[in-house]
Amino acid sequence: MITLADQLLVLVLLINFIALGTGRLIFAIRAVAVQGVILGILPGMIHSFSWHLVGITVVIIIVKGFVIPHLLGRAVRSAEIKREVEPFLGYVPTLLLGAIFTAFAFGFSGSLPMVPEHQNYMFVPASIATLMTGFLVLTTRRKAIFQVIGYLILENGIFIFGLLLAGAMPVMVEAGALLDLLVGTFVMGIVINQISREFSSLDTSLLTSLKEE
Amino acid sequence: MALEWFAPSTLIFSATLVAAFSGIPSLLSPPRLAARSQLLSVILMLLASVTGLAGALASLVTRHSTLFQLTWSLPFGPLQLGIDPLSAWFLLPIFGVTGCAALYARAYWHADRHSASVRPLTFFFGIMTAGMAGVVLARDAFSFLFAWEIMALAAYFLVSTEHEKPEVREAGILYMITTHTGTLGLFVLFPLLYLLTGSWLFPSPLTLTASPGLPSALFLAALFAFGLKAGIMPFHIWLPSAHANAPSHVSAAMSGVILKIGIYGLIRTLSFFHGVPLWWGCSVLLLGGVSGVIGVAFAIGQHDLKRLLAYHSIENIGIIFMGVGVALIGQTVGSEPMMLLGMAGALLHVVNHALFKALLFLGAGSVIHGTGTREIDLLGGVGRKLPVTALLFGVGSVAICGLPPLNGFVSELLIYLGLFHGIQADGGGAVAVALATPVLALVGALAVACFVKVYGIVFLGSPRSDHHVAHHEAGWQMLLPMVLLGVGCLAIGIVPGGIAGALQYASRSVLPDVVGQGGLLLSGVVPLMVLTVVSLLLLALMVLLGWWYRRLISSSTGFAPTWGCGYQRPAPRMQYTASSFAEMLIGLFSFALRPKQHRPDKMKGLFPASARFFSHVPEAVLELLYIPVLQELYRRFSGIRRMQSGILQQYVLYSLITLILLLAASYF
Repeated sequence: MITLADQLLVLVLLINFIALGTGRLIFAIRAVAVQGVILGILPGMIHSFSWHLVGITVVIIIVKGFVIPHLLGRAVRSAEIKREVEPFLGYVPTLLLGAIFTAFAFGFSGSLPMVPEHQNYMFVPASIATLMTGFLVLTTRRKAIFQVIGYLILENGIFIFGLLLAGAMPVMVEAGALLDLLVGTFVMGIVINQISREFSSLDTSLLTSLKEE
Repeated sequence: MALEWFAPSTLIFSATLVAAFSGIPSLLSPPRLAARSQLLSVILMLLASVTGLAGALASLVTRHSTLFQLTWSLPFGPLQLGIDPLSAWFLLPIFGVTGCAALYARAYWHADRHSASVRPLTFFFGIMTAGMAGVVLARDAFSFLFAWEIMALAAYFLVSTEHEKPEVREAGILYMITTHTGTLGLFVLFPLLYLLTGSWLFPSPLTLTASPGLPSALFLAALFAFGLKAGIMPFHIWLPSAHANAPSHVSAAMSGVILKIGIYGLIRTLSFFHGVPLWWGCSVLLLGGVSGVIGVAFAIGQHDLKRLLAYHSIENIGIIFMGVGVALIGQTVGSEPMMLLGMAGALLHVVNHALFKALLFLGAGSVIHGTGTREIDLLGGVGRKLPVTALLFGVGSVAICGLPPLNGFVSELLIYLGLFHGIQADGGGAVAVALATPVLALVGALAVACFVKVYGIVFLGSPRSDHHVAHHEAGWQMLLPMVLLGVGCLAIGIVPGGIAGALQYASRSVLPDVVGQGGLLLSGVVPLMVLTVVSLLLLALMVLLGWWYRRLISSSTGFAPTWGCGYQRPAPRMQYTASSFAEMLIGLFSFALRPKQHRPDKMKGLFPASARFFSHVPEAVLELLYIPVLQELYRRFSGIRRMQSGILQQYVLYSLITLILLLAASYF
């Protein structure tokens, strides 16, 4: 089972690169949805069976795989934009940075003092790499919807780390994290609407006009 | 087990919780039930107030101290809450004043007239009360900071209740900035304490040595952080505008209690130390003296009733600081009477000021309620239409001036006696104390002048403006809290012996024991019985005079305008104004107050054209000191502001860079 989990994590890492390398919004949203579904399956791979686990898996898959992508898709359609036209940093440089960060993550996690049973997993490097990817998307993209995607990837990275920490995650913590994510997406949806109404564009760099002189 | 339900700690903790949740019914109610849910919230607040007062009193009477420890998973050690004499003493004004203010709010800020703002107002009022109680119950740095911030933020929302007015927003923002600057001081204070003790828990009293170095830095941090909250000069800048612009019952609670939380923090911090050097006491005494004199001088120059009262809070905080200073100097010179009298005077003045300042703010609220303005120069003759308010405001005025037979006299007497004991000692302390004594007397005299002005112009004479003629007395829900506070003032004034035991217990708990077990008794250094007798005699004299005056006016004939002075056609505009009454005193203090006078320049010839004269006293410390300095800093640091670009991505980049640096640092 461990090897299967590691293979799924490799898939997660590949999806990171898809999110970094594409400018098409719908494609990026779908990629992150797939990433969410994979993350939903992962707990079942490493922990023994319990109904609590089933509940978590189902809820994560529904929220991350369907609800959030659906909300984002609607925002994209209502804003009538299809792609990120001019990011702060081009796609190739971002991909290169992503590769460097991923390598860095693997190097760094090797030096972490970990419990022996976690030593051979890919969880920690995958977590850090995904976290970095989220940050990269957040810093290099202009469109508000990409900001949400970056935020989702960031959260996925944190989630992977969380898989290690708790043998059996308390329901409250898990529910709290999911609720947080959902509310975050909602708020971002409202912000996106407001931005597009105010500036007739989804370019977050226009928000500088709100700054106090 | 059954007894545990009525233990002081149970009462106090449940009162705190009830207060915290008291606003929920009002917050969540549908609009048509707004008035009823407000009533429910008020009842909950009253319940909390009565329970909390009972708990605090029981704790003081039964000499019951407890400490609770809760081990939680936060990385800063366990959470500790406790009740000791000092906490219990400060809980008295917290629960007493907020209970009165909550009942007052029911009529003053009724849900039918303020349907939008009543919900947050009621909610945050309860939260603020619980926050204040939390601060005095906290025994470790983190629960203290939690409660402190809850209190500060709730107070911000209360101050900006009428946020549609620009001056209210400005006052709220100024308050927010200063309160967080104070919190910054606490962020310095608690790590210093951690360095000294190695724990985030508060040390027990008198366990630390007040040597130069760390303890002195800690003392200065405490003076800054708690001085900002207490509103000591020159950190008082937030106070006048915040108190003037908040709803009156909130001003009462803020001035009566929140300022005292600053005092509490200072006394609590000082109680950790023994062997304090002379300069600690002298600096506290100096700050107190400056606040007292300049605060009351500013008050004399104000034309806004509530702003004036706010400056008087600065003055009274100054008096309390002077008491603390006397106690500190007493520790240095080893004088038991000085310590006891200074600390007891300060603590008693904490409660007294809470009582009479809350009474005055609620009275000012009644005046605003009846006339629609707080401009002193538009009022006049209010006393005829609002006789009960006028009487109660008069009680508060006499109390704040420190005149017998009311409570202000008793606490100031204790501080005076402490000062007199200090003069008999020798060394540098005696010099400081000898200089402070006339300062305290000056403060008292100026306060009398100021309240003669307020009372004379607002309540006596005839109305100065047709738009703001007082028309109705406040309802019982507004009068009852004022009556309760007034009775409190009178009771402490007449029978100070009744609280001497509790006061002495609370004071001794933070003072070192010089002469051994038991120590000096408060009744041994203060003639409490004489006070009672003199107060009763004075009261009898007042009743007699009143009776004689009644007979006099019933036998006289005819009515003339007040202060008619035989003029043929006296008009209300010929009365003294607030400016004219204060002109001489303002002139004497113009070096500090920087009054602005707008004189007419066309008063020439035999028949000059009509002209206007007006003057006002601005907040000089804010306008002439802080704002220019901050503007200069703003200019100098324009380079750093480029970091705040307003680009979202750049902010995330900062986090990313920090993260990478931290991860990279783990390699080395």
